[in-house]
Amino acid sequence: MTTTHAAEAPPPDAPDGLQEHFDATIARDQRVEPRDWMPDGYRRTLVRQIAQHAHSEIIGMQPEGEWITRAPSLRRKAILFAKVQDEAGHGLYLYSAAETLGADREDLTRRLIEGRQKYSSIFNYPTLSFADVGVIGWFVDGAAICNQVPLCRSSYGPYARAMVRICKEESFHQRQGYELLMTMMRGTDAQREMVQDAVNRWWWPSLMMFGPPDDASPNSARSMAWKIKRHSNDELRRRFVDMTVPQAEKLGVTLPDPELRWNEESGHHDFGTPDWDELMRVIKGDGPCNDRRMERRRTAHEEGAWVREAATAHAAKQAARTEKGAAA
Amino acid sequence: MSADKPQHHEKQGWPLYEVFVRGKRGLNHVHVGSLHAADDAMALTHARDLYTRRNEGVSIWVVRSEHIAASTRDEKDPFFAPSADKVYRHPTFYDIPDDVPHI
Repeated sequence: MTTTHAAEAPPPDAPDGLQEHFDATIARDQRVEPRDWMPDGYRRTLVRQIAQHAHSEIIGMQPEGEWITRAPSLRRKAILFAKVQDEAGHGLYLYSAAETLGADREDLTRRLIEGRQKYSSIFNYPTLSFADVGVIGWFVDGAAICNQVPLCRSSYGPYARAMVRICKEESFHQRQGYELLMTMMRGTDAQREMVQDAVNRWWWPSLMMFGPPDDASPNSARSMAWKIKRHSNDELRRRFVDMTVPQAEKLGVTLPDPELRWNEESGHHDFGTPDWDELMRVIKGDGPCNDRRMERRRTAHEEGAWVREAATAHAAKQAARTEKGAAA
Repeated sequence: MSADKPQHHEKQGWPLYEVFVRGKRGLNHVHVGSLHAADDAMALTHARDLYTRRNEGVSIWVVRSEHIAASTRDEKDPFFAPSADKVYRHPTFYDIPDDVPHI
């Protein structure tokens, strides 16, 4: 702590100065912390965004989890296990951040399995071959990194701190995916075809992960003013394309976009427009795997009920024993 | 929700625990997040699985969130006012000539 700061008088504690104090905290690029006063809209936006993000991590375990038993070697199985476990961990970091805003964990779970809260559209696509596991690591985790690195500076402290943790782990996810694909590209023609096919299927859905275009994203401006979000959807999408193109060249695959080319003038790539109608359909529940993902999550929750109950009963019994021991 | 209310509610289900991890010997335990568990023992193993998957810690504390007493909202609270008006607590309050060494 520096002397200057310590010697400064605290700002006046006027109850009606709360909004000003909040605004000043944001303007100074300081973090808002759980017990601070914050506008209801800020709290609601954060709970919605963090919950949706947490749900995405949890549902995101499924597409790759389906390949754990079928991974071609013990090494790939162990890697995939660790990755899927990380996704669960990311979901839990985020639920923990949401709870600092007054959200209730069981309520969030209920909202997910009743379809009242969304998760990322990307997880409603099927994983048809083992190459999909590699492409998910490369594209989907790569896109997640583009989205999430700026969120490490999000104005809400617990969210930003959860993102720091998550970003450290995402790097492993992306690299294991790319390495898997490099291995397949060194293999047979059939394996190279599998990689190209997976790239073709995941490219456009990956670009949709950044959300609708800026002019169709009404809440973006407010989130950016609150510094919850630091960059616009289109900006992040372009960053992802710029990052991925040289990686695709190195790997030896073609990104399925005839409009994709380097633009000397802008210093970025020009690229085609994702099918926004498809994005809307998938978000509304009409993607290839929406029902399957939800059903699986619901079943896991219901079939796990006895475990939760047993643990609660065990804890109660242990507590009673300890009490009895102390009384004796 | 008003900021005066407790930040964590629990309806039914497992209680919420706050987790503190000592990153390595010589450092304090630092708050890293929270989790739900049926009892202390489960909270510790969950904390290990959730917050130390990559050697992030050598020691873990868990405590039921409801057992934490906290100062009231915002660092601007008058609660901290007594620390702001005692400039003589800081070394730079004292004028020492430049040619006095090591002070």
